[in-house]
Amino acid sequence: MSDDMDIKDKAAWDAAERVADYEHGWSSDIETDFAPKGLTEDTVRFISAKKNEPEWMLEWRLKAFASWKTMTPPDWAKLNVPPIDYQDAYYYAEPKAKPKLGSLDEVDPEILRIYEKLGIPIAEQKLLAGVEGGEDGGLPQPRVAVDAVFDSVSVATTFRAELERAGVIFRSISEAIKEYPELVKKWLGKIVPMHDNYFATLNCAVFSDGTFVYIPEGVRCPMELSTYFRINAENTGQFERTLIIADKGSYVSYLEGCTAPMRDENQLHAAVVELVALDDAEIKYSTVQNWYPGDAEGKGGIYNFVTKRALCQGRNSKVSWTQVETGSAVTWKYPSCVLNGENSVGEFYSVAVTNNYQQADTGTKMIHNGKGSRSTIVSKGISAGHSNNTYRGLVRVAPNAEGVRNFTQCDSLLLGSLSGAHTVPYIEVRNPSAQIEHEATTSKISDDQMFYAMARGLNTEEAVTLIVNGFAKEVLQQLPMEFAVEAQKLLGISLEGSVG
Amino acid sequence: MLQITNLHANVGDKPILKGLTLSLNAGEIHAIMGPNGAGKSTLGYVLSGRPGYEVTEGEVTFNGQNLLDLEPHERAAAGCFLGFQYPVEIPGVSNVQFLREALNAQRKNRNEAPLSGAEFLKVAREQATALGMDMDMLKRPVNVGFSGGEKKRNEMVQMGIINPALAILDETDSGLDIDALRIVGDGINRIMRRPDKAVLLITHYQRLLDYVKPDFVHVLADGRITRSGGPELALELERDGYKELAA
Ligand SMILES: Nc1ncnc2c1ncn2[C@@H]1O[C@H](COP(=O)(O)OP(=O)(O)OP(=O)(O)O)[C@@H](O)[C@H]1O
Ligand SMILES: [Mg+2]
Repeated sequence: MSDDMDIKDKAAWDAAERVADYEHGWSSDIETDFAPKGLTEDTVRFISAKKNEPEWMLEWRLKAFASWKTMTPPDWAKLNVPPIDYQDAYYYAEPKAKPKLGSLDEVDPEILRIYEKLGIPIAEQKLLAGVEGGEDGGLPQPRVAVDAVFDSVSVATTFRAELERAGVIFRSISEAIKEYPELVKKWLGKIVPMHDNYFATLNCAVFSDGTFVYIPEGVRCPMELSTYFRINAENTGQFERTLIIADKGSYVSYLEGCTAPMRDENQLHAAVVELVALDDAEIKYSTVQNWYPGDAEGKGGIYNFVTKRALCQGRNSKVSWTQVETGSAVTWKYPSCVLNGENSVGEFYSVAVTNNYQQADTGTKMIHNGKGSRSTIVSKGISAGHSNNTYRGLVRVAPNAEGVRNFTQCDSLLLGSLSGAHTVPYIEVRNPSAQIEHEATTSKISDDQMFYAMARGLNTEEAVTLIVNGFAKEVLQQLPMEFAVEAQKLLGISLEGSVG
Repeated sequence: MLQITNLHANVGDKPILKGLTLSLNAGEIHAIMGPNGAGKSTLGYVLSGRPGYEVTEGEVTFNGQNLLDLEPHERAAAGCFLGFQYPVEIPGVSNVQFLREALNAQRKNRNEAPLSGAEFLKVAREQATALGMDMDMLKRPVNVGFSGGEKKRNEMVQMGIINPALAILDETDSGLDIDALRIVGDGINRIMRRPDKAVLLITHYQRLLDYVKPDFVHVLADGRITRSGGPELALELERDGYKELAA
């Protein structure tokens, strides 16, 4: 891979080498693009200074960092993760020389291969890869506003004007901290508390950038909002931070998608996503996660420790999480809903694919505090190769939450005989009026199904893709159209080489 | 069109086909009859390339090409169609999606342009209507919750949409009611009774052959063809059974 390391990577790498050699006084030198390797209070100050943050933000970060030093990583997940050396990583990388490439020829061929397999239109490929002119030619329809995060800094935002006319604020979180400090202060860390867990606390200290969305009262966001994440520079931990606020009676659909290039060294990713929905508001949050999963022998790949939580604060508020998780060597992720509002609704639709030596421990928590709150959980786990795939879910009903309902369905599909599927449901009901239903199945792709599809003209890979998509249909159909097609193809790509 | 010479095949370690020789020309319909467990379905699977069905001896050529060298999906693209004795359910995948993907995969294999959604739906609607199948059924998941007869009828709709050169139909008549039998029989004639096509019709009963008149009838017993004749052979079998024949 290092042979075709692109120009930008090389520049960033060189800059890092220079900084790493420079022992003293670096924290005041905010002209550099890289924070040196390692994590100290100075790293935190460097990041904050780089971003010209107000004092309150720096203090918040430092408080988190002080706590983090006293914490230990969670060990309850069914994951086998080697100890991570937090001092052996970079915590901030800004692609100063922006990826202004002349044409797609200059983009990493592996990334292009995946784009092509995904069927992403050329215009959008250019936009994603940061090719000059890609933005003008891009995305006439479907209408998606893209906020691309390259490494740690947002480099492209489109459709901003139209969103502004509707009163929608769609910004990088760094900008929002400066432009809308009151809104940010009101909700940042209120949904996922600073000390929630080891990875969330780490994120508070060193988050690099991310997205901020505010939908004003009564506004239906006029387009899908979308962020594409990519990790570009080697050894750079990714600490995205997202905050979405849906004011009374508003609606927004948000798409988060990732494609990551091949990298040998493990990379840490610890994002925090906070959503809040007030009275009658609705947020639909869809994710396609395709970080580098490591190679067929289990070498390399992203460690993905994500904390995603939604506060359904208002009455009749609704949050729907849909995720298609195909990438990462390790996935630790439980998008949850705290259903405080009366008659509020939480939904979790998930497809998690693991192949080769990937490990996923993912699921949701539905915390029913509001009267009449309802939740639906549909989880589809697909395990191939030597991988392990665990659904872990909690449904909790508070003592004075009358009339709560939950429906949970967990289905596992096994390919081959070496992979594992596990279901760990926790149910804590403290109000007798609750109606809780749980269904679970485990199945295999049968030889009959494979041969039937092949006899009609599909090759092995196409047949697996078709059958797996059928298995995951209930979840995939929750995705916005333009995303669903991409996700279907992604399932096939992730299972390449798993059968036959 | 199809030339099978001295074909031997194992399922697992068990020899099932034991020197089967058969030749089909374009424009011909051949019926294959024979006792349960004789190897009729095995023949269909071997010709379609099912994994686990191992050819140990013999040759099969299809339009001059060595059929046994091809992967199952390549055989489909080359024009071979297998109508299953027991059609398989694929949950969550609609018939429309299944067939469109299958057809376009075949077309891609033949370097033909894919059919658009609209073009495909037109063909699918024509075939479904001709076989008396509701469009709503085409939108349902492949064979899931279909009755036995509906599954067989669905195989014929698939054959109509794919429009193969060679169809191997494994007991397509079993499970059909009297009206469905006629509709399916008419369908086979309409789709496959052409100078450039051929059919291998595996059946236990004369009643299908009343609708689809075979040019030749063969008896498959213990892994090989033990007798061949014209349409009258089927009538004779119906009257006397296989025991009589062997004696
Ligand atoms: N996987 C297998 N392992 C061992 N024997 C098998 C296997 N599959 C099929 N057979 C055997 O092969 C023989 C031929 O089976 P086949 O299904 O081809 O018969 P058939 O002529 O189609 O019968 P029918 O008229 O009942 O459909 C049978 O004895 C069957 O039990
Ligand atoms: Mg049979």
